[in-house]
Amino acid sequence: MINLSEVIETNAMIEKENLDVRTITLGISLLDCMADDINTVCTKIYDRITKKAENLVRTGEDIEREYAIPIVNKRISVTPIGIIGASSAASSEDYVKIAETLDRAAKEVGVNFLGGYSALPVKGMTKAERLLIESIPDALSSTERICSSVALGSTKVGINMDAVALMGNVIKRSAEKTKDTDSSACTKLVVFCNAPDDNPFMAGAFHGVTETDAVINVGVSGPGVIKHAVDSVPDADFGVLAETIKRTAFKVTRLGQLVAQEASKRMGIPFGIVDLSLAPTPAIGDSISDILEGMGLERTGAPGTTAALALLNDQVKKGGIMASSYVGGLSGAFIPVSEDQGMINAVNAGALTIEKLEAMTCICSVGLDMIAIPGDVPESTISGIIADEMAIGMVNQKTTAVRIIPVIGKDVGDTAYFGGLLGYAPIMAVNRFSSERFIARGGRIPAPVHSFRN
Amino acid sequence: MSKSIITVVGKDQVGIIAKVCTYLADNNVNILDISQTIVDGFFNMMMIADADGSEKEFKALSAELEDLGKSMGCIIKLQREEIFNSMQRI
Repeated sequence: MINLSEVIETNAMIEKENLDVRTITLGISLLDCMADDINTVCTKIYDRITKKAENLVRTGEDIEREYAIPIVNKRISVTPIGIIGASSAASSEDYVKIAETLDRAAKEVGVNFLGGYSALPVKGMTKAERLLIESIPDALSSTERICSSVALGSTKVGINMDAVALMGNVIKRSAEKTKDTDSSACTKLVVFCNAPDDNPFMAGAFHGVTETDAVINVGVSGPGVIKHAVDSVPDADFGVLAETIKRTAFKVTRLGQLVAQEASKRMGIPFGIVDLSLAPTPAIGDSISDILEGMGLERTGAPGTTAALALLNDQVKKGGIMASSYVGGLSGAFIPVSEDQGMINAVNAGALTIEKLEAMTCICSVGLDMIAIPGDVPESTISGIIADEMAIGMVNQKTTAVRIIPVIGKDVGDTAYFGGLLGYAPIMAVNRFSSERFIARGGRIPAPVHSFRN
Repeated sequence: MSKSIITVVGKDQVGIIAKVCTYLADNNVNILDISQTIVDGFFNMMMIADADGSEKEFKALSAELEDLGKSMGCIIKLQREEIFNSMQRI
């Protein structure tokens, strides 16, 4: 039987160490909402989402109450809209119409974000996908809750450099459109290499075409819990440190597994995966950077940071994989700058640069995430940054992403404010040597040799 | 039977257990086990209970216990046992 010390430990994690379930994300297939007429498509989409997700928020709140565990976000991901609108959208304006429909549906069911305003031009781009991508600046600036993602490459097929070049332009235009709010549209736009079909985290969540009609995916959190565990072994060697992190990650993930199963049972929707990612927030004590510093680095960014993150990421997976029957999504440590107070401090102290963050993305789950850069950085440089990150993902057979915000009217030394979970970010310096001729070549970077496994 | 865990945390004072037990009895919640300790000067009590016989919804019991705690200056939580089993047991 459960004893008092175990109950005290679990509740201390929740109350003092910010343990929570970061998101219950309901994936909804919109494949059968396709039609020839754009208005019919919009009606079908609205009806499908509001029907499937009508109990999502209430179910989440019931679970929160009964287990006394905060579930921070209830969200929805849908089939990439680039596919759904293909037969009806004749223009970018038609795609914006779909975005506005999604936004209304999200508000109706009470979710704070809906992901899947997405296109997957991994190898080549269809006409419809181009229209969707061109519409992103308007779609994100005329909606509140829509998140957009674009997959630009994979280990299997290489990198679509035409799409990489286009995204540099789209990110810049999205920034311009929302310059009054520190270019906030770019916080809802991410590009991927090796994009997962079952990611529950925003901004990159979409419901892949390999998925069933509806599915519950859960993202756990718990940087504060891991930090506390690391602090409990201040002078231990790496073997003990690794074991301590692994044991703690196991407990955190079991909580996610429980919540996922409960939500699935109560909503009558199958359970998909638990995403093991450690997701920080701007709250004090909920930081990945603090964990790395707790391991013995003076500041995140100091030599040793990549090794520390590699150890953390690996042990979180080892503990998490045993705790859940199905693991998926991104599953690793997130290193967003604006959503992590420790990262912000490291940038402000001059310890952490974009180049060091790029190195860190080689061994953790996501990529260059929530990084604010000067608004006058040319679009070809943004495409260059994206190309580098896609190459890391392609060669290392892992997911990488870029969510970068060129903050119009601001420069190094300034701060961009996005609000809420998105936090604020110091503007980081970017290498000013040009990538223009490289990006202008166009075409496709071929798949790497180790993709030929058949 | 699904078991529930009730925890009471706060400054020790006369009558905490009495009040909680009275509430549980009034609502037909059966207490299976009680243990308590002092951590960092705070009174920590845990009860394992069976709330299946109660006419009230679990959510309502949880909210009322929380209010009862506030009236005594302590924190009372009612949680389903599975959260502890899943985190603390393989």
